[in-house]
Amino acid sequence: MTVRRGIFLSGVAMLCAWTLVPIWLVALGAVGGRDVVNAWPKTFFPGSTSLATLRAFLDVQGVWSATLVSVEVAVLCMAFSLLLGAPAGYALARYNFRGATTYRLLILLTRAFPVGILALPLAITFIRLDLYDRPLGVALIHTALALPFAVLVSASLFQAIPREFEEAAWVFGCSRLRAFLRVVLPLALPGIAATAIFAFVISWNEVFAAAVLTVRHRTLTAYLLTVLAESPLHVQFAGGFVLIVPSVVFIFLVRKHLFAMWGIANR
Amino acid sequence: MADILIDGIAKTFGRTVALERVDLRIADGEFLALLGPSGCGKTTLLRIIAGLETQSSGRVLIGGRDISALPPRKRGLAMVFQNYAVFPHMTVRDNVSFGLRMNGAEPARTARQVERAAALLQIGPYLDRYPGQLSGGQRQRVAVARALAVEPAVLLMDEPLSNLDALLRLEMRAELKSVLHAAGTTTVYVTHDQTEAMGLSDRIAVLHAGRIEQIGTPADIYAHPATMFVGGFVGSPPMNFFALQRHNNVVQLGALTLPAPPVDKLVLGIRGEDLEECSPEAGFPFTVQVAEPMGSHLLLTGMAFEHRLRVVAPADRQASPGLVMHFRPLPGRIRWMDAATGAAIAKGAP
Repeated sequence: MTVRRGIFLSGVAMLCAWTLVPIWLVALGAVGGRDVVNAWPKTFFPGSTSLATLRAFLDVQGVWSATLVSVEVAVLCMAFSLLLGAPAGYALARYNFRGATTYRLLILLTRAFPVGILALPLAITFIRLDLYDRPLGVALIHTALALPFAVLVSASLFQAIPREFEEAAWVFGCSRLRAFLRVVLPLALPGIAATAIFAFVISWNEVFAAAVLTVRHRTLTAYLLTVLAESPLHVQFAGGFVLIVPSVVFIFLVRKHLFAMWGIANR
Repeated sequence: MADILIDGIAKTFGRTVALERVDLRIADGEFLALLGPSGCGKTTLLRIIAGLETQSSGRVLIGGRDISALPPRKRGLAMVFQNYAVFPHMTVRDNVSFGLRMNGAEPARTARQVERAAALLQIGPYLDRYPGQLSGGQRQRVAVARALAVEPAVLLMDEPLSNLDALLRLEMRAELKSVLHAAGTTTVYVTHDQTEAMGLSDRIAVLHAGRIEQIGTPADIYAHPATMFVGGFVGSPPMNFFALQRHNNVVQLGALTLPAPPVDKLVLGIRGEDLEECSPEAGFPFTVQVAEPMGSHLLLTGMAFEHRLRVVAPADRQASPGLVMHFRPLPGRIRWMDAATGAAIAKGAP
């Protein structure tokens, strides 16, 4: 009993360390200044902290405009993922159509093409379509990346809502659309919000496509990639930290729903 | 007037035939149970009436109006689902008033009818709670109240009691009967539980393999099953059957000589309580295998002529496995069936 508990606890500790230590080290580098970053052996508790580096980083020219582009792209990606993903998920959950299983697999296959291979043809196509170097273009690529999750996750969300709820709504006077809006949507809403935020985070963190498809209107990740390559280490840490924080906060906010839709019993 | 006419309704799923040409007339205010084993098509028929399933052919008329092609919301009926389907994100009050609100009833009328339905099903104290805070039985009451609140002409119920425990089911059954009788609603009630069907309904339609085997009052179906299936499905214990051969217009059953109808291969059907113990020369032998004291009676299971037989004996009769007893059918209680078709041979036949 105690041995098993010990193994369990050390496993938990390992997993926590696996995710928390890098974040902690990045945070340390961001607030500790040049000395902490270059010090060896590493200390886990900095002697002095200052927000000077972070403030300096945020003052770097272009960071705010890049952040704005990032937000714009992520919001667009979130909207597209929901508008396309939720109906597709609903169809997968509610209708038996020929090839539904294949469709599920094909959705995942969109993730099988490495963006690296697609980069050049995409860039050319986007230039032709006048989407190059525009947030809309990047948002479309990010939607392609986030959509499989949006579809499959919303499918499992809708599947978890008994069909009888909808049927009861139909019998008691609702059209299909009204039944969806009055009964299905309110029940699925927390999960849909989680899906949306997940799409936001995917877009926020994506760097490769964003770097290839933009020149002047870069997203924050793509911008940092170019700017920080020449910056001192502690500024790089500050940039990394600024990138991590929103994702972590968002994921933390919706963790309950993410767990629920990945089938981990947490409720 | 809300009589229901089911006119040649058939339903196939791919190659599977769920219903083959069902005809049924349900009178205004009548309580009709659709009774049958799982997979017999009873739920499919109910869902076709509700409009949740589309028939392959045939028509459904309510009060003379053909509703076959209408969506569920325009059919003027209410339904109680097997898993209640009470909306978890609405209070009990919002659930009960849902149908009225969706149909644009004025608030005063909505409030009045919700109050009445809540009082009828005794859920008044819970109106502002959420379904998650209620027990299964209370949720079921909410589902029934939601259906009755719209004061429907036709009420459809799909095994509404099957998720309740035995005691609660008994209580809800009696309550449903009085509530629905008071409301005067035409009710179609799907169940696989024959005691539920017998206890609740004015008439029962027994379904088997997509066909209606028999329609009749509970007493009629119990006493005069139209087919071997009905005899074997309705009643607890089910009807006993003996396959017999006719010789010279009679059949031999142990020491008994019985006049038989003019069919060569016969099946004799007899209910367990229609057998009485008698002397060896007046009946047939029966070897007891299992004796189950049921309180009100003693249920004996055993063999007679290589047929499994269930006999209802008086509660004070002592019997142990291996005992050989003798029984004879009570006069007038034998039901003859045609062994080839499984159909009952008409009462009037010699």
